[in-house]
Amino acid sequence: MFMPDTNSSKNSRYTFGRRVSRFFGSMDLAITSLLILAVASIVGTVLQQNQPYADYLIKFGPFWFEIFEAAGLYDVYSSLWFLSILTLLVISTSICVIRHTPSMIREMWALRTNLQEKSLQVMQNNSSWTINAHENQVVTTLMAKLVKQGFRVKNKVKRDATLISAMRGGLNRLGYILTHLAIVIICIGGLLDSNLPMKWAEWQGQIKIEVRDLPISQVPNESYLPVGKQAFQGNINISEGRYSEFAFLSMRDGYLIQSLPFRIEVKDFRIEHYDTGEPKSFETDIIIYDVNLSRPLATTISVNHPLIYGGYAIYQSSFSDGGSKLFINSWPLDIRAGHNVVPIETQVSKTIPFRWGKRQFQLEITEFRPFNINADPIAEDPGRLRNFGPSIGFKIRSETGEALEYLNYMLPVERSGREFYLSGVRSSPAEEFGYLYLPVDKEGELTGFNKFLNQIRNVKLVTDIAGKMMTETLATINSKEVDLQRSLRQTLTMLVAMFEQGGFTMVSKFIETSLPKAESETLGPAYLAMLREMLGRIYFSIPNNKDRIVDKEQLIFLQDAVDAIGSLPRYGSPVFLLLTDYEHIEASGLQVAHTPGKYIVYLGCASLITGIFLLFYLPQRRIWTIVKTQPQGVTVLVAGVSNRNSHDSHSFFKQVIYELQKFDGTLP
Amino acid sequence: MAIDVSTINSAEDHPIIRWIWRGIIALAAMTVMVIYDERLDIYEIIIVNLTAVSIAFLGQNWAAFRLHSIAVTILSMIAIRQYSDSLTLADDNFLLNYILASPSAFMWMNILFIMATATYFLGLFFRSNLTEKMSTSLTWSAITIGMVGLIVRWKESYLIGADVGHIPVSNLYEVFILFAVITALIYLFYERRYQIHSLGGFVLLVISAAVIFQIWYTFERNAHEIQPLVPALQSYWMKIHVPANFIGYGTFAMASMIGVAYLLISWLEINNPKSHLVKAMPSLVLMDELMYKVIALGFAFFTVATVLGALWAAEAWGGYWSWDPKETWALIVWLNYAAWLHMRMTKSWSGITMAWWAVIGLFITLFAFLGVNMFLSGLHSYGTL
Ligand code: HEM
Repeated sequence: MFMPDTNSSKNSRYTFGRRVSRFFGSMDLAITSLLILAVASIVGTVLQQNQPYADYLIKFGPFWFEIFEAAGLYDVYSSLWFLSILTLLVISTSICVIRHTPSMIREMWALRTNLQEKSLQVMQNNSSWTINAHENQVVTTLMAKLVKQGFRVKNKVKRDATLISAMRGGLNRLGYILTHLAIVIICIGGLLDSNLPMKWAEWQGQIKIEVRDLPISQVPNESYLPVGKQAFQGNINISEGRYSEFAFLSMRDGYLIQSLPFRIEVKDFRIEHYDTGEPKSFETDIIIYDVNLSRPLATTISVNHPLIYGGYAIYQSSFSDGGSKLFINSWPLDIRAGHNVVPIETQVSKTIPFRWGKRQFQLEITEFRPFNINADPIAEDPGRLRNFGPSIGFKIRSETGEALEYLNYMLPVERSGREFYLSGVRSSPAEEFGYLYLPVDKEGELTGFNKFLNQIRNVKLVTDIAGKMMTETLATINSKEVDLQRSLRQTLTMLVAMFEQGGFTMVSKFIETSLPKAESETLGPAYLAMLREMLGRIYFSIPNNKDRIVDKEQLIFLQDAVDAIGSLPRYGSPVFLLLTDYEHIEASGLQVAHTPGKYIVYLGCASLITGIFLLFYLPQRRIWTIVKTQPQGVTVLVAGVSNRNSHDSHSFFKQVIYELQKFDGTLP
Repeated sequence: MAIDVSTINSAEDHPIIRWIWRGIIALAAMTVMVIYDERLDIYEIIIVNLTAVSIAFLGQNWAAFRLHSIAVTILSMIAIRQYSDSLTLADDNFLLNYILASPSAFMWMNILFIMATATYFLGLFFRSNLTEKMSTSLTWSAITIGMVGLIVRWKESYLIGADVGHIPVSNLYEVFILFAVITALIYLFYERRYQIHSLGGFVLLVISAAVIFQIWYTFERNAHEIQPLVPALQSYWMKIHVPANFIGYGTFAMASMIGVAYLLISWLEINNPKSHLVKAMPSLVLMDELMYKVIALGFAFFTVATVLGALWAAEAWGGYWSWDPKETWALIVWLNYAAWLHMRMTKSWSGITMAWWAVIGLFITLFAFLGVNMFLSGLHSYGTL
């Protein structure tokens, strides 16, 4: 090994500084820190980094949350302890480079000429032979041959012999320097681009992380960063037709606002899709306004094709709804909501108050999708995909703050040959949606269903129908008891009312609890049958449904409508919101990065790669030849060493020596 | 002192052959550039040329590789011709259906690799020259049909839709095949150079494991279906980043299997020095050195791959390093082998310790390759199980 480790007995005479440098530059420390860094890096891959703090709190509970926060586990790679390990590695490598560079440079050039015959004889690759020629002639020829094989040569005439020193692959030593210097360079570049300076400023109290959700104009001054040289990576969502001059830098559980030296306007955001519905491309047309520009710069960016402008890189990173305008019809399902359709105009991400009866609600639109490509439940092949059209997601929040979440489709969906409006409901994101199917009438609307619902709620009509039904039924059994008639009529009206409020579940429960056990078994089914009969009569009392011959389609519609009404109590919302029209406005999620250290890092990478290939694939090889005139002729002793690949170098030296031996003294 | 270099084969082919080979490759590269003139951007032209240079370089002294390249070219051209413009043709075209269409080609590759593994071990136990030759041929055939499968799959993806078409290195299924092919090729390179047939079975064991996994993945998860590319992967960077990475993975896998062989033999040398295996296997010194050479190669390419990854990330994600789990694990793998190399070079460690370390290295590499996709989430989520 080349490392001339200085005699350790001299250690005590070293100054303190020398000893510190020896410690940090020691190989053991270097290898240890390489491995510690590797192990430390694992931590941040196991725990997802830089998530909202609320998520961590839920995951770990308040106790561990604080401990992990103190340990910097939510942002391991800029935590103090991680950076310390990295710094240790950089210091160690720097000292290593500083210590070794002088000797490496010497090794790169110096051809050692102080070797004795004895030292050549103990080298692994040696050989000797005798030639009948003049010593000088042998020396010149051998030197020429070595030069031809890529060696640098030098000869030295000694007392009784000539020593030829030859070397090739000296750049291998440069490889060492490049490789290790690269580590230092890359880390410095990385440091320039890290958020360390920002953390420093925060620690100094110059800036303050904002944790509240505020409009930009209300964010206090100490959370603003002016345009400057500092590195940052920030995000902004800009709706189509809007612009921004700021980027949000997320820091721990909050953010900072970074001013940009230009204004970015988003003209249009587009997603293209493959036939399978998966996204094919995300593109944004943007315009940059800058006082330095004679004309605004209009361009299109997409994933993998950022705009680099004035040292800032603008990337397509995400997208969201930019407040699409929605036109919704609110169909009443519940007496609180009245009888008529109410049109509503709102926007995605907007919350509007709602009043039903005496109660106040909030309607929060959470999402809008212009189309939904999902597996088709009615296709034979489960893998077949179908576009289910636009949908809206929203929450209806009561005064107490509880909210149910809904997902409504704009277009009717086919199921068993009939069409339904579909609405999913759930009480927490952890649940699956349960679906309400509202049957669509012949005209393709909800009017038929709505009419039926209103009819059921019309107490006078129901009472009339019940009375009529009683008369008819009792006529068949010839009973004229007025009391029985009245009580039966009341029961029928009540059953209908009960059904309207609580579906079949409520009716069944009533039968179970209010009737004596003995009677409930016989009377129960009779009650249910009567209820169904009532519902049928109510349905056919609707003018249009009445005087035709009852067809199968109508019966099916009736059945579907009864099913739907039966499941309304579980639906929770007093209205059904049907999207009628929309104006899709998207927001493009842009990432703006300013990374002045980038080119330093790239320089380091280039140096690293060059260095590594030099180290591995340009072995340094030295050959010494001693040419000596002796009585039997001129003897040649050749020996070679390499700093790498003993097997390969054996064959290399064998080849070289073979070439040298070709010279037998005769001139070419 | 006598030098025994009988195990090294660094013979060069006749200059004429070398020049003809370089000429053919240059011509082929030019043809590709002319045919796909409209498709190729400047980066892809650079990639075509780099590929051509590496093929020319690999083949100039390596007859088997030349034969392999020619066979791959001819077979792929036949398949592409047969396909003409329609994917459905494969269903009733015998040649495509049973041999050349990518799923069939990969199945053949799998079978051949497993046969090759078995044959290598047979050759090792019976020390038969013929078996050794056969195992090498089987491995070459496996690589050839695997490579054909990859090229044909590339074409097939374009037949599905012009916008779906992409190089088949984009998901876990495809890179498993790439892994098998590249690892085997690297092995064959060293086999020819150092005459180490007896190590073949060991190295191919890792490939067989990959093959078995890939078969399971195909049948259990329908992984062989060609999926369109997510926007983040639509970049010429993928064409170099992924193969460079797999040269790294392949060599690390090979080094670990040499490590296994090393440990086995050093154990046998103590416990049963007369054992047949001890005589049949390469010397411990050679295996130790091979382990170093292979890891060095892998380290160099892994460095290149990581740097390319950083360049790509700067373009696709807006930052050259974002401590994404895959990136971080690549760093861990890299640091591990950097430490390994230092131990060897500066502390002159060798032998059993380094062999164990190489074996452990495989598990670290495996986690970076598979574990990250299975257990961790991040930006590199292109292939989940
Ligand atoms: C991330 C950090 C580092 C990397 C990636 C790295 C990389 C390398 C590589 C690739 C080699 C060549 C090994 C071979 O030829 O097989 C090497 C050799 C070496 N490294 Fe490092 N190194 C690092 C840190 C250090 C540190 C901190 C030191 C000093 C304390 C150091 C000292 C050396 C020495 C002395 C050699 C031997 C050079 C020779 O004789 O060829 N390295 N390093």
